[in-house]
Amino acid sequence: MNVLLDNFSRYGEGLLGTVELTVFASLLALVVGVVMAAFRVAPVGSLRVFGTVWVMVLRNTPLTLLFFAVLLGLPRFGVVLPFKVFAVLALGCYTSAFICEAVRSGINTVPVGQGEAARSLGMTFSQTLGDVVLPQAFRTVIPPVGSTLIALAKNSAIAGSFSVVELLGTYKTLNELGYSIVWTFVWIAVGYLIVTLTISALFNVLEKRWGVPR
Amino acid sequence: MAGDALIELRGVNKHYGKLHVLQDIDLTVGRGEVVVVIGPSGSGKSTLCRTINRLEPIESGTITLDGHPLPEEGRELARLRAEVGMVFQSFNLFAHKSVLANVMLAPVKVRKRGKEEAEQRARQLLERVGLAAHADKYPAQLSGGQQQRVAIARALAMEPQALLFDEPTSALDPEMINEVLEVMQQLAQEGMTMVVVTHEMGFARSAANRVVFMADGRIVEDRTPEEFFTAPESDRAKDFLSKILKH
Repeated sequence: MNVLLDNFSRYGEGLLGTVELTVFASLLALVVGVVMAAFRVAPVGSLRVFGTVWVMVLRNTPLTLLFFAVLLGLPRFGVVLPFKVFAVLALGCYTSAFICEAVRSGINTVPVGQGEAARSLGMTFSQTLGDVVLPQAFRTVIPPVGSTLIALAKNSAIAGSFSVVELLGTYKTLNELGYSIVWTFVWIAVGYLIVTLTISALFNVLEKRWGVPR
Repeated sequence: MAGDALIELRGVNKHYGKLHVLQDIDLTVGRGEVVVVIGPSGSGKSTLCRTINRLEPIESGTITLDGHPLPEEGRELARLRAEVGMVFQSFNLFAHKSVLANVMLAPVKVRKRGKEEAEQRARQLLERVGLAAHADKYPAQLSGGQQQRVAIARALAMEPQALLFDEPTSALDPEMINEVLEVMQQLAQEGMTMVVVTHEMGFARSAANRVVFMADGRIVEDRTPEEFFTAPESDRAKDFLSKILKH
């Protein structure tokens, strides 16, 4: 118990770091993921290829490797940003590949006739997707997107190895200070639970509110 | 033929794999004309209907609407599609939107009408198809016949020059077929240009200017309903009519 009370601010900082990484990377992943899903179903061939390559590369690269590539690679091309921003970029882009595929599977659940009806009324591709297909796809992708974002929250721990302040990284300092390793990790686990259960609760609400009524 | 040509197909061909679904189709639909397309299933009549607004792309031949050739996928095509309404066998109402919102969506998004103007017009159209009281319901809460009438109102909201009907009553219970056919009859009388793929021979007889009989991807006969039903020329049509008119 002492380990938490003695180091409350340190734990707090770590938790805040994890929350920040999770929130910003989630927003990035959602935006990029939806855009890539749109690319993958677009009538323009080059966009489809771009979306497919994006997913293929990011989904199949180990996240740690991606962190190395972004944090060590981008500065070589003159892109110098705070490590935290790099971490958000790496996490967000990586997760966007999974979001893209979840959204695309949602798009595939919408009957073809819905898109045909929209097109027959003279709606463009983006109107058809934005006003007719995605709102209906959205309802079915709530559960898989929730799971993906929970995975993102846990993946954010990797950022700790790249000197970004986040929850898991607090164990190093606490360990050096001589606290019980078991209790150190118990409280870290509680911290992660707070984040992931919050995401779960949020998506439960979304599902109740927007889920497909059957 | 009534007036000038609005829809014109010349030498249209299309394959699904090895199946040659449309074989050298020539068809002209004049402005204000009602053309009913009938034929056995698999004869290509639905495909024909869907090529007219390029929901099905064709391999060769030309399709012109009001003198303009159908463009490739893109904004130009969207603009042309706005002029040709379509009513589907499975209604295809937007499941996540209310009846009123279904009818208003395209006029607001495509024609850039104001919300109030579009809503007023949508309510008029729902009134016309007898569904004003159901404006706030969702499609799933309506019967098939009601859904199809909403779909017709939705197509009319764009003030199209022509309407395509792809087996509009085939998914309906018998008692709901008439309520849809009555709306279509009314449109025909008002001079709407219509291409109707259907199995409703009664409608073909009473509302059509011409009956197009298709079999195996070809147009076999293209005549007035009176001539076609009383004295079909081809064996294929005689055979078809004897099968469906027996009972």
